[in-house]
Amino acid sequence: MTNLLLNVENLGIQFGGLKAVQQVNMHLNQGELVGLIGPNGAGKTTTFNMLTGVYAPTEGVITFQGKKLNGLDPYKVTQSGISRTFQNIRLFKELSVLDNVKVANHSLAKHGIMASIFRLPNFFTGEQTMTEESEAFLKIFGLDKYKYELAKNLPYGMQRRLEIARALAAKPRILLLDEPAAGMNPQETHDLMELIAFIRKEFDLTILLIEHDMSLVMGICERIYVLDHGQLIADGTPIEIRNNPKVIEAYLGEEVAENVTSE
Amino acid sequence: MKKSKAFWAYLLIGIIIYAIVQFAMSSGMIGSYYSNMLITMCINVMLAVSLHIIIGITGQFSIGHAGFMAVGAYVSAIFTMKLELPFIAAIVAAGIIALLAGLLIGIPTLRLKGDYLAIATLGFAEIIRIVILNVDYVGGAAGMTVMRETTWSYAFFAMLLTIIVISNYTKSRHGRACIAIREDEIAADAMGINTTYYKVVAFGIGAFFAGIAGAIFAHNFYIIQPGTFGFLKSFDILIYVVLGGLGSLSGSVLAAVLLTAVSTYLAEFPETRMIIYSLVLILVMLYRPTGLLGTKEITDIFKFGKKGGKNV
Repeated sequence: MTNLLLNVENLGIQFGGLKAVQQVNMHLNQGELVGLIGPNGAGKTTTFNMLTGVYAPTEGVITFQGKKLNGLDPYKVTQSGISRTFQNIRLFKELSVLDNVKVANHSLAKHGIMASIFRLPNFFTGEQTMTEESEAFLKIFGLDKYKYELAKNLPYGMQRRLEIARALAAKPRILLLDEPAAGMNPQETHDLMELIAFIRKEFDLTILLIEHDMSLVMGICERIYVLDHGQLIADGTPIEIRNNPKVIEAYLGEEVAENVTSE
Repeated sequence: MKKSKAFWAYLLIGIIIYAIVQFAMSSGMIGSYYSNMLITMCINVMLAVSLHIIIGITGQFSIGHAGFMAVGAYVSAIFTMKLELPFIAAIVAAGIIALLAGLLIGIPTLRLKGDYLAIATLGFAEIIRIVILNVDYVGGAAGMTVMRETTWSYAFFAMLLTIIVISNYTKSRHGRACIAIREDEIAADAMGINTTYYKVVAFGIGAFFAGIAGAIFAHNFYIIQPGTFGFLKSFDILIYVVLGGLGSLSGSVLAAVLLTAVSTYLAEFPETRMIIYSLVLILVMLYRPTGLLGTKEITDIFKFGKKGGKNV
């Protein structure tokens, strides 16, 4: 049996009377790259928000490395080893690129508030380590030449990269990427995919990816989960998903699905 | 180590300013009118900087800062007048009790955001004022007489300490965590920052120094009355921070110094004072909508080229 890292059982959330997501079962094995797809409003980002503690699920259990994650605050989920990016970029705009990454490095250094205020020796060593670590991440992402720029002044593609760099700096075992290629042109998307493949190997990461770009998902993911109307309608390898009538129906409508399958 | 070199340089400049003023005061070159203005400046700078860490750095819109100042003022007055302890002990106690008041108020209210937090903090400041108003031990509405113990040295070094502590805090991983909360709370949370903890810490530090400013203030005017610490005082402090530029420490220092000077000079024209003061505020906000310095620091201006940006 492969090494199970994250297990989600019967996950669901209800907003008032609306069941946004229900009965989702999924798992991530160590080192996998898994896609999560589905039409708009299917509940992909809601699922992400539950995995990262932004929403508390109303039913179901999330276990990560054998520990229950439900009801933990987002910062604790991150500290336990699950980090994420956002669909709509959420950088710290008025901070420099370097400082953005240093914020995520926060828990690595140990100097306390008093040490910072009175500039005790462990403040200098702590900050030094943080800077070096962060610069190393920026280098991998080709952002080191921008390190003193404010994050808001970066071009769009670079902002997306910085978000991933920042998420990585929190030292996760699982990285959740919410539409990392949204708004990118084909070339940028291609570069991004190579980058994701690289960091996955380099940092021994397990990645769960939400994406709309089908060719991209089919190209790099080993397994895919498909959500529609808050429910899991299919899972399997890209080829299985491509030929699954339910998936085609969800994306293209019932009639087309019938035509496709009858061909 | 370049950073710490700059730090010592600024500290030296500060001490030179202190020494010059101290010399001028003791030799009688600066009269009591101006020395009073300088002490008031120091107090206002402390208040502005201590609110700056809450609003400018952590982005929590608190408008009840005069409440913490009142706590500091009365606690220190009790220490010197009722318990007859030395002034320095009173200052420390004022800071610590104000810090506790800050935690007491911060822990429940900091779950609120924006306007709601503003109203809640304003409410708490009023509660503090009204409690003081109704306690006969500290004189109620008539106020409390206090010995005059504040000197230029106390005021200046308390201000210097406030600026150093808050500036050092801001330039550490803890300060970055606070700025991250200001920029995007959800993202900060997702990066492993305990947002509630850092909001309360910022609130506590802000309240601590507001308490110390209150102690210095209380021992400067012979009498303290609850009315002094009303919401108008809170707004005065808020104006320093906003006018200086949200997020800029030197901006709030500059604004506090300038506005204190303006309002001291305008005291000679009582009928038109508030009109001119308001006009100054309106003009600054029209021509510098992000405040005098925006989010920049005055030290950034002297630092060009050093950071090796794209211009170099």
